[in-house]
Amino acid sequence: MSLMDYFKPKKTNAASQAKERLQIIVAQRRRADSQSENLSALEKDILEVIRKYYMNVEESAIQLHLEQKEEDISVLELNVTLPDDKESK
Amino acid sequence: MARIIVVTSGKGGVGKTTSSAAIGTGLALKGHKTVIVDFDVGLRNLDLIMGVERRVVYDFVNVINGESNLNQTLIKDKRVEGLYILPASQTRDKEALTKEGVQKVLDELSETFDYIICDSPAGIEQGALMALYFADEAIVVTNPEVSSVRDSDRILGILASRSKRAEEGLEPVKEHLLLTRYNPERVERGDMLSVEDVCEILAIKMIGVIPESQAVLRASNVGEPVILDENSDAGQAYLDTIERLMGNEVEYRFLSGEKKGLFKRLFGG
Repeated sequence: MSLMDYFKPKKTNAASQAKERLQIIVAQRRRADSQSENLSALEKDILEVIRKYYMNVEESAIQLHLEQKEEDISVLELNVTLPDDKESK
Repeated sequence: MARIIVVTSGKGGVGKTTSSAAIGTGLALKGHKTVIVDFDVGLRNLDLIMGVERRVVYDFVNVINGESNLNQTLIKDKRVEGLYILPASQTRDKEALTKEGVQKVLDELSETFDYIICDSPAGIEQGALMALYFADEAIVVTNPEVSSVRDSDRILGILASRSKRAEEGLEPVKEHLLLTRYNPERVERGDMLSVEDVCEILAIKMIGVIPESQAVLRASNVGEPVILDENSDAGQAYLDTIERLMGNEVEYRFLSGEKKGLFKRLFGG
């Protein structure tokens, strides 16, 4: 910092802006990652429950999607393909 | 059993190869038998930084394909005892690195070496994924700059989900942060993210801070890893990093700018 700098208009600190922006991005990334872990755990649990009633359900028969629609709305979509009735009994 | 350490970053140009060369050389200086493996198939550069480009005969992909054996392929460093380089292929693409092939080579290296340093290519494609897949530890090279920090965070996510250790539910890859091209004067002026800022954002343990230094370009020009330039700031900062990698506590140097005289303080410069 030199004497001349005292006469220049003060700018907002660029490094602290960078830090703030990065903290938001990193938090989002980590949330998304832990969400996908949660989803795969949920998928396993759902599969177990369904198998109590339908024996031949394969892992690939279940699809789970979580979609962030807006700031405060997310949609959880579950698709299950059940085997034919004859097979399951 | 060797300690397998990947030097990675996501972003290109942050100092992965410079750091791989310095760290590998530093470990060998400490008496550990070390091999540095270039995973950047198609764009190899480790050979240049190490100054062995004219001694490359066979490469990593040749070994994977059984066209040469490790003895024929490894290049022995002439300056430091116990230091070897496994160069990448210049003519193939990164798909030539298969999981089975890489595993086979690392297993064989593991029998005779103490340390295997995997120099990752930039990006998050096949070459980078193979470089980190078998790692026990990761040195994440980051510049104090937004795109580099974000890419490092992305790499941390991949280490936590797509490494062998993650897939097999073993103890996670040990992560270290290596901050390079650090400019204390700019940090003091508020123009650059500080060590503390980057640590706080990425939330992993720091292993070294390398100041932005003339010595790095000079070292690459002559093909000598910068850690051998013991009088340079960057060389000393890498030597400190090696100590920390060995588990020793070393105080950080080069974190504050040079002292300015009264004249400079008054009139800038």
